Amino acid sequence: MKAAVIVFPGSNCDRDIAIALEQSMGKPPAMVWHRDSELPKVDLIAVPGGFSYGDYLRCGAMAAHSPIMREVKRAAEKGTRILGICNGFQVITEAGLLDGVLMRNKDLRFICKDVHLRVEDAKSPFTAGYKKDEVIRVPIAHAEGNFFTDEDTLKRIEDKGMVAFRYATPEGDVTQDANPNGSLNNIAGIFNDKRTVLGMMPHPERLSDPTLGGTDGRKMFDGLVEALS
Amino acid sequence: MKARVHITLKNGVLDPQGKAVEHALHGLGFGGVSGVRQGKFIELNLTSTDRVAAKKEVEDMCRALLANTVIENYAVEVVD
Repeated sequence: MKAAVIVFPGSNCDRDIAIALEQSMGKPPAMVWHRDSELPKVDLIAVPGGFSYGDYLRCGAMAAHSPIMREVKRAAEKGTRILGICNGFQVITEAGLLDGVLMRNKDLRFICKDVHLRVEDAKSPFTAGYKKDEVIRVPIAHAEGNFFTDEDTLKRIEDKGMVAFRYATPEGDVTQDANPNGSLNNIAGIFNDKRTVLGMMPHPERLSDPTLGGTDGRKMFDGLVEALS
Repeated sequence: MKARVHITLKNGVLDPQGKAVEHALHGLGFGGVSGVRQGKFIELNLTSTDRVAAKKEVEDMCRALLANTVIENYAVEVVD
């Protein structure tokens, strides 16, 4: 598997995701600067977390229109897998690769803590390393992760099984108490309808090495490598 | 020519920031306040001299970047 990581001014999880990918791929991904207008030929493009363009206007809005994102969208149309994490989720959503929008957290606070996620779908390459209904522990670190969309779109997302992860209790129950940010239906990550694009607020790359306190995130990258190699 | 853009949250979209502002106003003794909604105001200069074309251009900007039409409405006003 070959991968690329997009780097915007203000990205701050680009190296974390690069290390996590290298660990699973056995070779480093290509790092692609936002002003570049050419993408190397890859199987996976990761859009990392951070505060691209200082989160001006709306989170991810400016980055979504940077030169490299035109190429990312073109690659997405051809079926290249796209993974957006945290700010990367906001960027690819603003770019129109996914439905909905990430709004300010319900209680207005920046939340940085480990949460539990229930894996809703294990058939995509992104989630191939997990089992359906498996509960994993992954950190979140965001102020705008409150997933919102209109009723019709939410119904379509649910009917088509486009939810990848939901915030849940350690036992796997999807409850309001387990919902850290007010996201509709506890949605922590969604696919596009072809399951070639995944956006998620939690950071699997931050729990992909025992030194970091856990390895639940690593299964995502191992699963991707196995599915896309 | 100048354009003024008001970007507001659509009806039914929760606005926790507006709610927090409302609570703060209540705390300051402004008890008669309700329904606070927070939006954005953007002002920009245009080289265009055609009002109709200018308005259309700014509306294009709103759809392309300035507003997220999933949750926001926009209103454009062109002034001399």
